[in-house]
Amino acid sequence: MHIMEGFLPAGHALAWTCVSAPFVVLGARSLKRIVAERPEARLDIAASAGFTFVLSALKLPSVTGSCSHPTGTALGAMQFGPGIMAVIGAIVLLFQGLLLAHGGLSTMGANVFSMAIAGPWVAYGVWRLAGRLGAPLAVAVFLSAFLGDLATYVTTSFQLALAFPDAETGFAGAFAKFGGIFAITQLPLAVAEGLVTVVVMNALAGRRMRIEGAKA
Amino acid sequence: MSARTNSLLLGLAALIIAAPLILNPAGQFGGTDDAASQVVESSNPTYEKWTAPFWQPSKEMEGLLFALQAAFGAGLLGYVLGRRHGRSGK
Repeated sequence: MHIMEGFLPAGHALAWTCVSAPFVVLGARSLKRIVAERPEARLDIAASAGFTFVLSALKLPSVTGSCSHPTGTALGAMQFGPGIMAVIGAIVLLFQGLLLAHGGLSTMGANVFSMAIAGPWVAYGVWRLAGRLGAPLAVAVFLSAFLGDLATYVTTSFQLALAFPDAETGFAGAFAKFGGIFAITQLPLAVAEGLVTVVVMNALAGRRMRIEGAKA
Repeated sequence: MSARTNSLLLGLAALIIAAPLILNPAGQFGGTDDAASQVVESSNPTYEKWTAPFWQPSKEMEGLLFALQAAFGAGLLGYVLGRRHGRSGK
């Protein structure tokens, strides 16, 4: 999902930065508030951050014959809402962009939007919706992590197609092309992330696990 | 969920990750990020990159830094899980 340094026109890079910045600022506020109100949540937040650090460092093989990495952002989004993941995701992307030349500073805004905003928000939405529909917890966790992971890669495809529409087929053609690279490769990896997230969520929360707003 | 279900789910996840190596032995397994960059370059020959990374680690260094990132994350996660586990045992 990383758009590499220099691979977005300046206008697009700036626009995505402007879109992402408020999410990160509000996320930092949300993080501060959660820690102030519930100091005991620090451990779970640390675990969520750790999960994202591990998963986003692992480039895994997929059936398409290319490698890609999961994002791990659903775990924290389900427990604390999507806001704090904007901060945690941005830290990961900053580390990778600055030290690894993976992603980059000019594309930071776009990458934060796909991995640290779009993914966690979709994950959170799916988690709440599944709860409202009365889905079993494990199923809700799986769907949230699976769709959150996929959403990040669909967003990257969207961003690249917007910046580089196909000469003949325009935006739609380019979206299909980038989607073919990212989203298809991501499908099996997202399933694997969903399964692992179920196990980790179970180990972390166990019986305390419940979906806010769900039918009792 | 029982420990058995957990092992089953983890085993299934491992299988999904290992399967491509058997199903697609001819695969190059390059990164999708680089593949996308190449598509941008080949279909937009007039596009000029206007920035470049100011520092590029060697392949070995890249492996090291990714491993550090994963180790740090695993350490954090393991610490919290271990603490929980120790507490619930008392």
